[in-house]
Amino acid sequence: MASIKIRAKASDGVTTIKALIKHPMETGQRKDKKSGKLIPAHYIQEVTCEHNGTAVMTALWGPAVSKNPYLSFKFKGANAGDTVKLSWVDNKGESDSTETKVS
Amino acid sequence: MINMKRRTFLKGSVAAGAVSAAVGAGLLTPRMVLAAWPTAAFEAGSVDSALDALAGAHQLEGSDKISIRAPDIAENGAVVPVSVTTTIAGAESISILAEKNAAPLTASFNLGPNTEGYVSTRIKMGKTSSVIAVVKAGGKLYSTGKEVKVTIGGCGG
Repeated sequence: MASIKIRAKASDGVTTIKALIKHPMETGQRKDKKSGKLIPAHYIQEVTCEHNGTAVMTALWGPAVSKNPYLSFKFKGANAGDTVKLSWVDNKGESDSTETKVS
Repeated sequence: MINMKRRTFLKGSVAAGAVSAAVGAGLLTPRMVLAAWPTAAFEAGSVDSALDALAGAHQLEGSDKISIRAPDIAENGAVVPVSVTTTIAGAESISILAEKNAAPLTASFNLGPNTEGYVSTRIKMGKTSSVIAVVKAGGKLYSTGKEVKVTIGGCGG
């Protein structure tokens, strides 16, 4: 499901991660315009980012994070070529992850 | 309460330019908590109860070491870009709350020991409200707020 686009760029010892995740982030409060029924909630609850197997950031998200979420943060201690892994889990138990190299 | 936060923000925005280049991450101590998703915190209907459920307290201390970058006027409440930068040493987590959303807590970022005090994301806002950034460090909660005007709400139909 390649749902994640991620970039990791190191500069002066600080690595900046920028990621875009393709996800509906449905709040559970919206109604289907045709049927008038509520669209069930479907949103990412947890995003984890690991650098060489160590978690550098864990994000807990509620339904109020925008559709197709964008996420950016910075951490120290990574070198070019290191592996950064980003994974997410949503409220339906679906998940995805991807890996990229620090450039 | 809100007015106090605004005043703090005004003070903070002056200082933020000078301190945003500084880095506090080097002083962080190692800790790694992979908490289960805090349902109660995300369902809480007010800022105070959300923070109680998330962090066990809601006593916020205004801080000029936190800066929020968000638009003054968001035309589309479904996508409001918010960036939070803090220079507080030992920041453990950064939480973003939209005060007048049905459930104010939008996102909480737990930072690792080498992670800098910076997160950027996009949130939904139901109506004009204050966006509050809460930074947890050393068992205390620090916060800054910024008013964002929303012309079209992003929650609901």
